[in-house]
Order: sequence, then C-alpha cells, then structure tokens
Amino acid sequence: MPKKYHITAQVMPPRFAPVPKYSMIEKEGCLGCLQCAKRECVYDVYKNRKFDPEQMIDSIDYLCKNCLRCIQGCKNQIISKMCNPDYQALGDEYWKPALISSLWDQATSGKIPVSGAGYRGPFSGPGFDSMWTDMSEIVRPTRDGIHGREYISTSVDIGRKLAQLDFGPRGELLSVAPPLVEIPVPFIFDKLPFGVMNENVRTGLVRAAEIVGTMLVIPQSDIDWKLMAHIDNIIPLITALTPIREHDAASRPQTGESLLGEIIARARMIELEDGPDVAKQMAAVKGINPSVVTCIRMPASKTVAGRVEELTRSGAEVIHIIADWQGEETCDPAETGHAAPSPRFIKEVLREVHLNLIDKALRDEVTIIAGGGIAMAEHVAKAIICGADLVGVDMALEVALECRMCKRCLHGLSCPVTIEAVDSEWAALRIRNLICSWHSQLIEVLGAMGIREVRRLRGEVGRALFFEDLEKEAFGDVRIAPDTYYSTR
Amino acid sequence: MSESPQTLTIQQDSYAHLRGREAMDTPSRFRNRVSKYRVFRSSACTACNKCAELCPYGVHVRSGDRMLRPREAFCIGLACRSNDFYCISQCPEKALSMALNPLFETMGDARWSADMILATWVMAETGDVPSGGLEYEFGRSGGGFDKLAFDFPKKPAISLDEEEIDLSVELNRSGDEAERISIDIPVYGGGMSFGSVSEHTILGRCIAARNWNTFTCTGEGGYIESIVPFAKHVITQVATGLFGVREETIQRARIIEFKYAQGAKPGLGGHLLGDKVTPQVARMREAVAGSSLFSPFPFHSVYSVEDHKKHVDWIKAITPRSLISVKVSTPTDVDMVAVGSYYAGAHIVHIDGSYGGTGAAPDIAKKNIAMPIEYAIPKVHKFLREEGVRDRIVLVASGGLRNPWDIAKAIALGADAVVIGTAEMVALECIRCANCESGRGCARGIATTDPELTELIQVDYAARRLSNLYLAWSKELKRILKRLGMRSIRELVGRTDCLMRLRS
Repeated sequence: MPKKYHITAQVMPPRFAPVPKYSMIEKEGCLGCLQCAKRECVYDVYKNRKFDPEQMIDSIDYLCKNCLRCIQGCKNQIISKMCNPDYQALGDEYWKPALISSLWDQATSGKIPVSGAGYRGPFSGPGFDSMWTDMSEIVRPTRDGIHGREYISTSVDIGRKLAQLDFGPRGELLSVAPPLVEIPVPFIFDKLPFGVMNENVRTGLVRAAEIVGTMLVIPQSDIDWKLMAHIDNIIPLITALTPIREHDAASRPQTGESLLGEIIARARMIELEDGPDVAKQMAAVKGINPSVVTCIRMPASKTVAGRVEELTRSGAEVIHIIADWQGEETCDPAETGHAAPSPRFIKEVLREVHLNLIDKALRDEVTIIAGGGIAMAEHVAKAIICGADLVGVDMALEVALECRMCKRCLHGLSCPVTIEAVDSEWAALRIRNLICSWHSQLIEVLGAMGIREVRRLRGEVGRALFFEDLEKEAFGDVRIAPDTYYSTR
Repeated sequence: MSESPQTLTIQQDSYAHLRGREAMDTPSRFRNRVSKYRVFRSSACTACNKCAELCPYGVHVRSGDRMLRPREAFCIGLACRSNDFYCISQCPEKALSMALNPLFETMGDARWSADMILATWVMAETGDVPSGGLEYEFGRSGGGFDKLAFDFPKKPAISLDEEEIDLSVELNRSGDEAERISIDIPVYGGGMSFGSVSEHTILGRCIAARNWNTFTCTGEGGYIESIVPFAKHVITQVATGLFGVREETIQRARIIEFKYAQGAKPGLGGHLLGDKVTPQVARMREAVAGSSLFSPFPFHSVYSVEDHKKHVDWIKAITPRSLISVKVSTPTDVDMVAVGSYYAGAHIVHIDGSYGGTGAAPDIAKKNIAMPIEYAIPKVHKFLREEGVRDRIVLVASGGLRNPWDIAKAIALGADAVVIGTAEMVALECIRCANCESGRGCARGIATTDPELTELIQVDYAARRLSNLYLAWSKELKRILKRLGMRSIRELVGRTDCLMRLRS
C-alpha cells in the first residue's frame, strides 16, 4: 500500500478581520452595576475586546458567539445585536455569505467546519443543493473516515485509458499505455474566471499545488522562466501554437531557444482550447513531447455532450468542461458573449456527458474534468458522482485569500482586501489549509458512503439521492394544495 | 466499586413535587426576555394607564405613578393593528411606538425560524401554544414539513371532545413475551449523553418523561446514578463505543436502543472533544479525563443482519422482558434495513433523518449525508406494509421534528411516534448558536458539563419547562385530531390523504 496521503494544516491567520454576521449595538445608559453582564461572558469577548483603527473594526463583533447572555442579562437592557449589512452584502446568490465565511474559516484553520444543533439551511435548492450523498448502514466493510485505520484513497489518474490490452502471438504486449498523470486529490487548480491573478498570487498557488501534490492551469503567456522550475505542478494552457506549426509537426523544434518549446517539452500535462484544429494542435504537441498528457478545454454548452463524444473518438485524452463561476452553462462556442437561454447547471451537463459516453462505450477511455461553480468540498463529491473524474477549483482559491466576491475587479476597481499584495508563502499556506479541509471532508463523505477510493465514485449515482426522485417517491400520492388554501391562510 | 453508579441502591425520589401534568408557569431564567417586537414609550407618557387597560396581553403595567418598561415579549405586534385595543393608535399622548426587534432578525435559521424558537419558549413557559404573533407551524426551509399542510375537512366526520382523544402509543406490537409498554404521548426523548448535556438537563428530561409516562434516553455516556430512580422511563442506549454499557444498565432498562447511526452524522460515528471529558464524565465512561472520545462507525462486530441478530440475542439473554429499539440513519436502502431489523427481533425501528441532531457534527455531513426524515418515513412505512409486517413493528421517526405540527405530519406520513432532541433543548432556552461543542460547552448551560455553567439550569426549571412543552404539544395534537375527526393518534398513521403539498 502506498504511503497514506496526508496534508498537515497549521493556523494561518487572515490579514483582515473576517466580516462578522452580526453587529453588537449598545445604547447609552450604563448604570455601572458592580455585577456587569459583560463580565460573565463565557468566551471572554469583552476581556479580549480590541479596536483596530486601521480597519475601523471592533473585535467584539467577530469574537462574539451569539449566546445572547449579555443581551439578556444587562440590567438596563442597553446591549443588543443586529444583522450586519456588510455580511449580507458578501458574494451573490450562488456564492452566499455563509459559504464565503466558511471558506475563510477553512483557509484559516484547515479544519472541517463543525457545529452543533442540526442542519440550519434550506431544505433543498438549485444546483448541487438538489442532491444528497448516501451512506451505508451496517453491511459494508469497516471504515472510520478521517480518524480511520483504513486507507481511503483520493487519488485520480488523468489521461487516456486503454479499453483493453492487445497481445501478440507469443503473448507479448502490443499495446502501448498512454501517458498518465496521477494526482493525490481529485482536483486541479484552474485559472480564474475573474479576480486578481498577479505574480504574487500565481506563485502562491503554484507553491500550494506543490505542497498538496496537484497542478495549476496557467496560460502560456503568464509562464516565465522562473515558473519553469515548478513545471511539474503547472498545466500550461497553450493558446498560440503558431511558432510550432511553422515546423513540421514531426520534426522537433529547437527546445531551449523558445520558452514555448521548453514548456511543451517539459510539461507533464498541457491544456489546449477546443477549436476546429484542436486535433492538429494535439498532434503537434505530442510530436514535441510524446509523454505529455493533453487536455482539451471547452465551455459547458448545449452541444458539449456530442463534442466530447466526437473528441473521444478521435483520441482525446482529457476533456476539461468549464461552466461559468456560478456553475452554469455559458454559451455556445459559436455565439460567444451571450448567456445560454435557460442555462443548465454543471451537474446536469455532466450527467448528460457521462451517460452519453457510457451509451457509446467510451467512458473509460477519456478523463473528464469539471470546472466552474465548485465552491464547497461537497461539490467535489457531487460533481464526481454526476460523472466527472475530477474537478477544477477556481474562485474558491481566491476566496481562501480573503476575496469577498465583490467583483469590483470586474469593473477595474481596486481590491478591498488588496489581494494583489499578498505574500506568496501566506497565500500558499492558506490554500493548503483549504485543501486540507476539503480533503478531510471528502474522506468523510466517502467513508459514509462505504467507498474506499474516489475513482469508484465517478458516476456512482446509486450512492446519491436526487430531489426529484425523492419528492416523487415520498409525496407522489399527496395532492397539491388548491389555490383556495393560500387565500384562506 | 462503591463509587460505581451501577452498584448504588435506588434512591428515594426527591423530585416528588414536580409530579403532574398541569401547566406550571416557568418563565425565562434570563433577566431580559427576547421579544419579536420592541415597544417604545416616549417621555410624553403621562401614565394615564389607558394602554394597560386596553392591552389584553399584559404588555403595559403601571407601578405607582409611572408605567413600567413595556413587557414586549407578550406583544403580538403588527397583528394587533386591526384591533380596537391597539395601544399605539389609542394612546392619547402618542407616546407609544412599536417596531420589529433587530435582535429578532439575528436569531433562528431556515429550519428553526426565530418565530419557532420564541414560540417553543412560550410553550415551555405556559404549557400552551402562543396566542398570536408567532408562526410556529411552518419554518422557512422551503421543503419537507414546511411544504406539507393538513387538509382539514370543513366539518369533522365526528365531533369529539378533546378529553376523549387518545394520544397513547403501544411500543410492543410483536406479540412476543417482552413487556407490553405503552406511552401516553406519541413522543419520547432522544439519546443525549452525559457529557454532551449537563446532569441537570438529563434529570429534567427524566422527570418530564415520568410525568407524561414516556421515555428519555441515556445516549452513549453511561447511566448516571441520579437518574436511577427514573429507570422506568429511561432507555439505555448501546452504541458503537459501548461507553457506560454494563449488565446492570441493560437489566435496568425497559427499552434497549441499539444506535447504529445517527442522522446528524450518518456513517461517521461520535466524537466528544477532550475539553468536555471532565473527570466525572470520564469516570462514567471509564475513560481518561481530557482526552477526546470516539465512537466508531459502524459496530465493528456487525456486518450483516445476522450479526445484528446476535447482538439482539445477547440483550434478550440478559433481559428477556425488555424491548429492543434499533436506531438507524436514512440511507437510500433504509427500508431494507428496517425490515432486516424487524426480522432480527426488534420491537421498534427508529429512523433518524439527516437534518436533525443535537450534537456537534461536520457541516458537510449534516447537509448532505442521507435523506431528510420527511422522505424516509413514507418509504419505510410503505415497504413494511408491502412486506406484511407493518402491524408488528413500531416505526419511530426523528431528525428535525420541531413542533406538534411536524409530529402530526410525520405520523400522517407513516410513523407511529417520534423522538425529539433539539426541541427539548430549545424549550430550555437554547438559541441554536451552534457552539455546543467548543470549549466549556454551551454558554447557556444546557449542553455542558462545566460545573459553573451547569448551575445556570436548575432541575426544577428544566423539568417544568419540558413538562409544559409536552403539555402544549399534546393540547395542540388533540386539537389537530379533533379537526380531523379522529379519536386516537393511531388512526392518523399513514393517512397521507389528510395532507397536501404546498407549492414552493
């Protein structure tokens, strides 16, 4: 058995105080009681209270754990709380405030978010919230999740896989195994749809990818000689292949002279944008470096399932399907710039792609990476259940660096948390913490499902429960309330 | 051995004064109540006392020549605007004003709305549902119980007096030689261990269970000596860590509950953080103080229904008259698990849905793993019926049931009775801050073993509040049955025709 994969997390404090959910309010009128309710604070919030003149923030709002004892104990009732509008303004309808603040906590501590007193969210919702993962009760092999003695593997192989092996007349192996890249976690870091991605951030992300053993997609134009030292953890996204196409694909260009040639020659994996001549580009890349794994990157669109099938038939090794940052289908490649009419969620797109490949007996030959809208650890498991082999993480990484998803950068405005100025090492360790937490959470759900390795989770819809099915099964025989019901209430 | 709780003789019942089911007014133990509305009185007030004369809820009180601070917790708020006794418009000096309390908006969540928390406090205080202004029938979760409503007939088929409506449930329907146990309300308390909650909380639950002839459960934390007098109403839980499980604690119990999984963290096992393992807790669990305690998942000796039967047979050999309850979570094959439990000799199959739970659990587990109880009840009920064994086993549901309406809906979906945990905590003025697990534990003294915090709750208070809660629930359940024209709660089981789905 290989060495057990483990990420060691360490607290990495945020640069800015987290945006608290509530704000304390205190009216005038303190009576100066000797037995003040504030002194009885179980969490010593008032004792450790500080004012930060830099950020104009009173620590009380984020230290407080909302037990309400001071509010209910103050003799003149001068203390109260209210919702913090800054918190409610975080993110958007997909990247909800609670999600962002949970990601911040995970990046700070590296721990699984744990809380008491049951689930507090909505019953179900759109997208990934309309499915649950299963567990198995008594009849499966033993496993103990993250505290376990048994090994639950989270590693995945990226690349094309042979459907069968061919042997010669004397039993010698004729098949040539295509190159594979194995990473210990089922996610890669993707380039960001928006947000700050300068040298500091990029260096931090590459460093984090190195620590946890995964890879980061970087557009070729952003790769310099300094980054070449970390090429094992970089997936170059090649957009301009013209310098190579001038040569005959078979004759290798002079590497070492051009950076691009060097990138292709030394990379373990390369991404290419989908397009009419993508097959030619793949061949050109393979011509330079036959051991590189090529990945075709394409937006999630109405026609994606057919295109994936076509590419798989023509020998594609890996296909990276990208939804937008809220996990929705973007647009047809033909009519770029327009949102797809009634866009599907990545979950539906993946199920279609996956089932179509199964129908055509092609599924095991190609690796599918799903990206866009992966915002929580549960999304990793759910995307894989819906048919991806692994996922690409993007904005969640930026949120680990305290991004508030305010989208000011989209309008060319400054970043309120100056992500451009982060220290690379700090960024790397925050992201390591986030990944540590996600990895642990993934093991928790895999353990509960009775699945010992994430490879077996792919397309395992039998280990998931879907809202539509459950509603129908449980309440199908319950009639719908008539309109008169609402008018009488 | 003399220190061992199991060797102590049964003590005298020192809580005799808490007997009975009548409402025992038990106000908040905190100085300031949390109210939904704030009522302000400006300096223009002349203390004419008109508001006090008008308000039927007792918000305004005059003391001497001045008015006291309004008792806002009793105000029904905006619903009062159409009344002719609406103090705000009736005040001759225009000295009164009213608004939603900003604090109220910070409370609650989708499942347990702030309204529901406050309404539960009212029930625990008064022994009846609130008179107005608080929505306690539906939460804001947008699905499950919150999207199911009763379709009451305009006039019930038979008109009944609430007195003659029966809420009792028989817990042994197998017809075997074990004891015939019946509970007076279709509710009993879920397992909350000593360690996760305080001794005072546990005692309060025991007394309330005795008053209502129902049960509470030890959870997996041992059988503390002070609850031995209530043994007739205490279920001994046998869970995977086997903490506190001894021959005496098994023999003492009329019901033994096997906990295979729990809804909040299905498939993950239990975890008591080292901070909460005080010397007392450690002694009870036969463990080392200060070190975290894990209950593994699953039972490492059970990998099949046959293995499970072996467990059941052990218990039956030790205590042949006790009932066996099997607590499981709600995976997609929960129906098969339920049938397997029946054939292995269980009297009660207890399904615990994924949205409930009182203890600390990973957020990812609470949200995602296994199905909500609303789906599991009809699934198991129908399957047991198809297998022809529904009449021989008792189906008990738990996991996110919050109020009498949820209970009635769960029973209409196919359960015989329900188990509750969080609602009891809320009755003891839990505000669901979710910090049960960290440091010294609950700042409000409910889920803690910290000696100082434990003193925030007295046994009398806990017993009265919980007894009141059961009273309020049984009153409301009887009202529901009356409107449906049903003489017994048992008639409601599986009656999905009484329900309607609301649009989302």
